[in-house]
Amino acid sequence: MKSETVLQPVSENSPNDAGSLKNTSKSRRARDLQSRFLRFLTYGFAMLTFSLLLYMIMDIVIRGIPGLKPSLFSWTYNSKNVSLMPALINTLYMVLFSLLLSIPLSVGCAIFLVEFSKPKSRFSEVILMAVQTLSGVPSIVFGLFGSIFFVRFCHLGLSLTSGALTMVMMVLPLGIKTTQEALREVPASRREASYGLGAGKVRTIFRIVLPGAMPGILNGIVLSTGRIIGESAALIFTAGTLAKAAPDLLSSARTLAVHMYALSSEGLYIQQTYSTALVLLAVTIALNAASGLAGRLMKRKNDHE
Amino acid sequence: MNNKMNIQNVDLYYGKFQALKNISLDIPENEITALIGPSGCGKSTLLKCLNRMNDLVPGCRVEGSLLLDGQNIPDLPDVDLLRKRVGMVFQKPNPFDMSIYDNVAYGPRTHGIRSRKQLDAIVEQSLRDAALWDEVHDRLSKSALSLSGGQQQRLCIARAIAVSPEVLLMDEPTSALDPISTAKIEELCQALKKKYTIVIVTHNMQQAVRISDNTAFFLLGELVESGKTEQIFSDPKDQRTEDYITGRFG
Repeated sequence: MKSETVLQPVSENSPNDAGSLKNTSKSRRARDLQSRFLRFLTYGFAMLTFSLLLYMIMDIVIRGIPGLKPSLFSWTYNSKNVSLMPALINTLYMVLFSLLLSIPLSVGCAIFLVEFSKPKSRFSEVILMAVQTLSGVPSIVFGLFGSIFFVRFCHLGLSLTSGALTMVMMVLPLGIKTTQEALREVPASRREASYGLGAGKVRTIFRIVLPGAMPGILNGIVLSTGRIIGESAALIFTAGTLAKAAPDLLSSARTLAVHMYALSSEGLYIQQTYSTALVLLAVTIALNAASGLAGRLMKRKNDHE
Repeated sequence: MNNKMNIQNVDLYYGKFQALKNISLDIPENEITALIGPSGCGKSTLLKCLNRMNDLVPGCRVEGSLLLDGQNIPDLPDVDLLRKRVGMVFQKPNPFDMSIYDNVAYGPRTHGIRSRKQLDAIVEQSLRDAALWDEVHDRLSKSALSLSGGQQQRLCIARAIAVSPEVLLMDEPTSALDPISTAKIEELCQALKKKYTIVIVTHNMQQAVRISDNTAFFLLGELVESGKTEQIFSDPKDQRTEDYITGRFG
């Protein structure tokens, strides 16, 4: 919740303003007023943004806390125990399964684009365009595609697999872009050093470039995880809403976000919906904190070991 | 004195731009050859041809012959092997983001040495040859990035000689360093030439005088004059060389 960018003071009367030679005092006062007004405005917007966010979080926390009972975390979901545990477990499955498929794909694609394809070649242009386009597609469209292609055409049914495959398509652009940036950030001088020692391209990529890009790649993985955890629309159509921890890859599995959607649309367990939202929020915050910590630890390890 | 490398009538183009014009130069074995000249005169470009680092530059084309022990460098089938034989130290220290030990061991490992004992021996010998062993022997597992700039550059030299090259190319290796580190590296070059043939690009004419046996003066892609360092600096044959070394331009 940093708002530094918004809080920068509006530039005060600049002394070398050519037009202000005459009527200085008057125009200065006008400018003063203007800058004060603009500053007030930016402060105002910053506060507004912040308070909206705060209101949302407080609303979830205050309404969610009373619902944090053991029944919320019991192993099975039924009308006595409106438990989020199965959904939490499914979320974990969904994240792991999707990442397992998407990481090699996105890292491989990014390596191809950055290290192997000629910049501006027709083929890489086409791939880049596909990536751009995919990243702009609304998630419901992925959901519909997944429902038609994976669920029906491939006969995977409403299942963890259909859901994960859809998620892979959805987070692929994100993974490719972050990895691409991370690879580009590895200084050219390191590559040169490696080539200069007679290391080939593949060795240079795997021993020098990829380790150097690891923090950026990890960051992409965390962002992808966030997208998967937060996704509901696309998963309703592909992974279904069965409120049971999935026993195998072909069974339907509702994730936390879908669980929340289901609860709130049923309208019977508003209390539990808020508690679920609270848990979802906590998971997201914990995830971000963990990724930050991992990044820092890794950097420290690189710097001082 | 044998010539380790012979450069004969080399022209080099970046796209349409001709960066080197009809260069011919012999590099004697176990001596230090300095390439001097103002910025953009093509000296670094020539250096990069000698281990084909210019292959990485798109649109770069070389004509003429660059011989290493009589073999034409652009025709060598295995560029990785060439770069093992002709090592390079770059302008800015560029150690890998790994431990000191792993930095030095990277080259030997690349060329298939796996035995820990052998690697230990190579790392120690290379660091000793690069006059860095005494400073780092008790912290080999520390990150190479924790070293000072001068130490990093000597580490890069150690890393380059760890693959036992025949020729060492140095592209302004001291331009990013303080005077004390520079002096250490210059001293090191004197010791290293017993084992290796060294080609060094430098902006610093005093450095060329101090360390090199031969000097080649480049101007706008042409080789103006080359010969023994004493001769070039005391009795230059070409007016442009004289103007440059007496500081009238450059």
